[in-house]
Amino acid sequence: MPRLNSVEDLTQLRGSLQEQNAAQRASQVIITIGMGTCGLAAGAGETYQAFQREIEKRNLPVTLRSVGCIGMCVMEPLVDIQLAGQPRVTYVNVRPPQVSRIIDEHVLQGQVIHEWAIGFVPVDW
Amino acid sequence: MPQTAPVNKEAIAPVLSSYTDLPFYSKQVRIALKNCGIINPKNIDEYIARDGYRGLAKALTELTPDDVISIMKDSGLRGRGGAGFATGIKWEFCRRSRATPKYVICNADEGDPGAFMDRSILEGDPHSVIEGMTIAGYAIGASEGYVYCRAEYPQAIAHLKTAIAQAREYGLLGDNILGSDFSFNLYIKEGAGAFVCGEETALMASIEGRRGEPRPRPPFPAASGLWHKPSNVNNVKSYAMSPQIVFHGAEWFNNIGTPKSPGTAIFALTGKINNTGLIEVPMGIRLRDIIYDIGGGIPDNKPFKAVQTGGPLGGCLPASALDTAVDFDSLVEAGATMGSGGMIVVDEDTCMVEFARYFLTFASAESCGKCVPCRIGGQRLLEALTRITEGKGTPEDLDEIVYISNNMREASLCALGQLTPGPVIASLRFFQEEFAAHVYDKRCPAKVCKGLITYTIIADKCEGCMVCMRNCSSNAISGSKRQPHVIDIERCSRCGICATVCKFDAVMVE
Repeated sequence: MPRLNSVEDLTQLRGSLQEQNAAQRASQVIITIGMGTCGLAAGAGETYQAFQREIEKRNLPVTLRSVGCIGMCVMEPLVDIQLAGQPRVTYVNVRPPQVSRIIDEHVLQGQVIHEWAIGFVPVDW
Repeated sequence: MPQTAPVNKEAIAPVLSSYTDLPFYSKQVRIALKNCGIINPKNIDEYIARDGYRGLAKALTELTPDDVISIMKDSGLRGRGGAGFATGIKWEFCRRSRATPKYVICNADEGDPGAFMDRSILEGDPHSVIEGMTIAGYAIGASEGYVYCRAEYPQAIAHLKTAIAQAREYGLLGDNILGSDFSFNLYIKEGAGAFVCGEETALMASIEGRRGEPRPRPPFPAASGLWHKPSNVNNVKSYAMSPQIVFHGAEWFNNIGTPKSPGTAIFALTGKINNTGLIEVPMGIRLRDIIYDIGGGIPDNKPFKAVQTGGPLGGCLPASALDTAVDFDSLVEAGATMGSGGMIVVDEDTCMVEFARYFLTFASAESCGKCVPCRIGGQRLLEALTRITEGKGTPEDLDEIVYISNNMREASLCALGQLTPGPVIASLRFFQEEFAAHVYDKRCPAKVCKGLITYTIIADKCEGCMVCMRNCSSNAISGSKRQPHVIDIERCSRCGICATVCKFDAVMVE
């Protein structure tokens, strides 16, 4: 990582990161899993591994990332599926057996599984 | 390679709600929690992309340290650790102290049962705390800071370590931050989990390697703190809010919340509530909105009984206080405290005497023992309450509770001892009838206190299925098949398993 030697450096870095993020959001599927202590206690670690295995097995062009607690601890593990150009759709209480259906229906076919989803994160949140 | 789905906007809208329309989030305003759950806390770039370190950049290039302090004062931010002292004034005291070096300290020794606000921020957005502390360092003239975090928070510590290392690589910590003259380094001190180390003087003693015991104030840390040098101690949440206050300005912040308690409050919502979780709400919101709208009410639609705010050193409020505004002063006026942000909801199945005893057990066990009112007072209070829950309480015990509590409040060395009686006094004030039932009628209305309840089998309802008999942990149930069973009160341990397993509602608790 280069050292930031001035506010201009920081501004420049922020600009290029925002561009990168926008490009990534527009073109990629991003799966986000809540991995704070509350998530892990509810089994997010297993859910994360299940997604990892399924993505590798099917060789999917998907970015898997982990975040902290978004607040709804009671509904952990929380998994957000973000299709290219769309907001993050949140699935609640996601266990490993549900993973392949989420990938089949939402990631591959673009169909939200409404019985497991609670809402979507506004893009500008 | 299989292709992922094409863009299909119809699939999302209009059937799925935006978070902003969900009851859980619609009344929330997220400042300190802005990035929690949104960014990957292990990647500084994600923080920077969401305007991270802009507050620091503005402070270092556009503002003098005194300007930063003015902004903090004008914002009206009050310390989110619990006491609610004005952060800007605290920073100013420390700036004015002549001795050097000075230290910035972050109190992350969150120890209240049922509280996890600070942990969640450190885990989910550690850079906000680092940036806030660096700004504080610039404002007061310190070049070193310590985060005092309990070792029971391994993920918080791990994320903080990663964040500090990344900030250092970018030159956002270390020498000549962003090319300026200002240098600041940050260290983590892992605490061993003593509750009293959340008290600032005990916390500093612990950083120094001494036993975690408080000392009298004054001198306050701003004059003589860590290693007798001027030090500024703030809570995780206060630091996490600071960068945005500096970046957006004082007015932006004090337009949120109430005039005397600007900004937002962060609560860990737990207990008998449907939506257990971490919330951030504008100050001034009603308790009812938090519990029923955001929290989704009480499970099984049971009636609300009380809410404990401020953790084991706070107080409880009854249903009649549901319309109380949630801010520093209104909560104190109502009989509770803001505290650091624990909020525990209880329903009718909770005995308020036992509830108070639970917090008292915690607080008295965590007394460091240095001062007599706390060490002995807490113990005597606990004994009196225990007698009451065992059905051995006398009217004198109630008087003694008030007497000891007053003395602890007046004479204890630190807030731990001064506030230990809080939950007992609040319960006694709002649930006097429940205490009276225990003492005078030898009855526990919530049917919790084991010394005051008996289990009996209603012969008419009992089908003689023998299920309770087989499950009884103390072999207290006798009877033969298809004949009504009987509980031997002498042997019964009041575990309540019989009532849980009975399919015919034949077990009665009195």
